[in-house]
Amino acid sequence: MQFEYTIDGGDFTNAGYASSQVKKVLKQLNVDPKLIKRLVVCLYEAEVNIVAHAYSGIIYTDISTDKIVVKLVDKGPGISDINLAMQMGYSTASPEVREMGFGAGMGLPNIKNNADEFNIESVVNQGTTLEIAVYINQQ
Amino acid sequence: MKVKEIAKILSANILCGEDNHNLEFECAFASDLMSDVLTTQADGMLLLTGLANVQTIRTAEMSDVQGVVIVRNKTVPQEMIDLACESGIVLFECRSSMYKASGLLYQNGLKPLF
Repeated sequence: MQFEYTIDGGDFTNAGYASSQVKKVLKQLNVDPKLIKRLVVCLYEAEVNIVAHAYSGIIYTDISTDKIVVKLVDKGPGISDINLAMQMGYSTASPEVREMGFGAGMGLPNIKNNADEFNIESVVNQGTTLEIAVYINQQ
Repeated sequence: MKVKEIAKILSANILCGEDNHNLEFECAFASDLMSDVLTTQADGMLLLTGLANVQTIRTAEMSDVQGVVIVRNKTVPQEMIDLACESGIVLFECRSSMYKASGLLYQNGLKPLF
């Protein structure tokens, strides 16, 4: 089952809409609530990152019987030093983002903590691609 | 702790979800930083915050938080109330500071998250 959502950079009013839609679908599919929470926390953090840092982005969601894969592809300034961006507390967020309760440099580490697979690639002045997966029925 | 009890202790208005009589909160967490809220792992958690915008409700939705108290007498925008109603989240507003509201709930037996 595949879904696609378009995200506009700077659109804080609708930030989280895609994550909310994905959560509704997973609930309808009776996925374990703990797995849903891990997945949507990752997705929401990543969606807010696109709104906060990129010009636009697309979220690709693929739900299969063994895992949920989400790929977020954005067009934007990119990340020059991914290792630095992964450090807890490092952030380049604007004051507007901080007013929304984000921008404390916790997003990417929290995504990594909640995901079973985590892969991030970025090209400066082009954009960032983040792919995460959460396993279903993992022993 | 039930919805009506929280409202009484905090002298809070319930902006939506008043009819959620059976909803029970086991613990509470107070923060204006939504990234912190997104790291929490608890069932039956009440969130206290002074951050009155839609992202507070989105954060609550993603974190399975079913109750949010807006402290410090902040003006709660209508779009926030609408989203809380749509998401099945009980939304309170109260005049107390975060410190006072947390203290009152703690004093009345609502546990801290950690």
